[in-house]
Amino acid sequence: MADMDPVKILIDVGIIALLIVGISQFRTPRGARRGNATAALALLLAIVLVLYRNDIVDVGILAVSLIIGGLVGTFIAMKVTMIQIPAMVAFQHGAGGIAACAIAYVELTRATPPTPVGEVSGYLGLTIGAATFSGSMLASAKLAGKLRQTPTVLSGHNAILLAMLAAIIGLCVYASTGVGVPEAATTLSAALVGALVLSVALGYTFAVRIGGADMPVLISFLNATAGLAAAFCGVVIQNQLLIACGATVAASGSILTAIMCKAMNRSFIKVLSGGKMAVAALPAKKTEPKPKKEEAPEAAEPASADTDDKPSEEIEKKEEQAKPETKAEPKTRTPEEAMAEAKTALREAESVIIVPGYGMALARAQFQVASLSKKLEQMGKKVAFGIHPVAGRMPGHMNVLLAEADVDYDLLKEMDEINESFASTDVVLVIGACDVVNPAAINMPDTPISGMPILNAHEAKRVLVCNLDEKPGYSGVPNSLYEEETTLLLFGDANASVTELLGSLS
Amino acid sequence: MTELALMLVVFILSFVIGYVLISRVPPLLHTPLMSMTNAISAVTILGALLLFAQPSMDLDEKVLGAIALITAAFNLVGGFVITDRMTGLFKSHHEPSGGGGKK
Repeated sequence: MADMDPVKILIDVGIIALLIVGISQFRTPRGARRGNATAALALLLAIVLVLYRNDIVDVGILAVSLIIGGLVGTFIAMKVTMIQIPAMVAFQHGAGGIAACAIAYVELTRATPPTPVGEVSGYLGLTIGAATFSGSMLASAKLAGKLRQTPTVLSGHNAILLAMLAAIIGLCVYASTGVGVPEAATTLSAALVGALVLSVALGYTFAVRIGGADMPVLISFLNATAGLAAAFCGVVIQNQLLIACGATVAASGSILTAIMCKAMNRSFIKVLSGGKMAVAALPAKKTEPKPKKEEAPEAAEPASADTDDKPSEEIEKKEEQAKPETKAEPKTRTPEEAMAEAKTALREAESVIIVPGYGMALARAQFQVASLSKKLEQMGKKVAFGIHPVAGRMPGHMNVLLAEADVDYDLLKEMDEINESFASTDVVLVIGACDVVNPAAINMPDTPISGMPILNAHEAKRVLVCNLDEKPGYSGVPNSLYEEETTLLLFGDANASVTELLGSLS
Repeated sequence: MTELALMLVVFILSFVIGYVLISRVPPLLHTPLMSMTNAISAVTILGALLLFAQPSMDLDEKVLGAIALITAAFNLVGGFVITDRMTGLFKSHHEPSGGGGKK
């Protein structure tokens, strides 16, 4: 396997070069499409070469397995909508984890043992693969809405994780006495299966306390571990291509993890270990200190999808009840007055920035938002979208959601690019976004979001907020933007609000 | 030992090159990027294929090999197809949509 045939090495280098070319084309959407095809070609070549170079036994099993996997993969990939993408990608991370885990297991139980380095890599491939599998499946279920998205924190969570880790290491050490010893085959299998099962439990326990708006970090991290598992598999079977690809993916996942953490001004460790931000540290001036009810802020989001049919009176009532509590109400407007004023503001605006959040996707309002932006453009207004890096459930998610709704990607501006424009903008339309436009991040110390970079929506002349209700976002910090004099609150189903705004323009 | 050194060099070099290239990818394309690298991580399919290149295979090896092949193929094909669909969705009025329209 590990022959140093120069031709073989040259071909491997060629395939890696092709992959690099593919990735380097990720600058523009069209380039990305080409790059994706290039990378697919590189892997296809690699597969053909492996089949050509080796005598394959059981061609039947091999062909059937490939066809099943390929067909199911294609079928699902053709069917998913962009809001399901994070769940789909997480699911695929999990599939990659199983593959790595199965390969490592077979290699370790071989009669001809791997090298010591290969053996250690085998354990790593097995355990990381298994943990990636369970963590990804859990993440996928949460993202698909099959499980509650709220983080679950066990008492002594860290201690449990550490104990599991220690047990896994112990089992691997124990297994190493049986590697390559035919008589010890049963012991070896038992130890490896034990380590595998514990790794699955570890992955689950690890992922279970991450939820909601922290999902982009988790999914990026699992991307990195899937790559790492592949790289370790490569070490076991001494295949440079696996190592190279695995390392590249690990690098990509690490970068995205770091970007997501930075965009929330939270350390990686905090995201992984808290699930919840430090809610207790909220300033005391709040009327009702959001207790540690983990559900509350997060539940607010799925609710917007499920309560589409909620009668609007109910929402209005709720809003009115909330009003007396919020101090210093600048101007009391009824929802009807707010909507009328919003319509006028939008009609008269010359420049509009739309700030979408995940709530928009939950209300399935992106298509109406796209129509609205087209209408505004037709009326000769300057329109742009302000996209926060963590908007959505995976890195860049908001962009594909809007692309699916046929929004011109030239209008999609990232935070750093658009933040200066807010001050000179007539109307900002916030749709299903909360934390990412909360000025408390800038002017209030010691809140969970303090220091987090936000979109400066509050600097605009007028802000229209099409959120479901006045509840805070995932962080639990009340949005001080709602109290600004320039803000008009259009609470309720975003799809309905946007449709009404759109209707008033024609 | 040269084997180990070579593997280490390959890993580090790939990580560094990957890091440099991927740092330059605009946030606009982060979702397709992750979706594609996800497909690339299914390169483990090579390892799964090599399991079938042994002179003889036990039944449990065959089962595990089949599992590895199915999951890796799912990950690989699904990942590239979905990335293709996704990148095809991005359109701009300012340049003619050469992406062949929908899907």
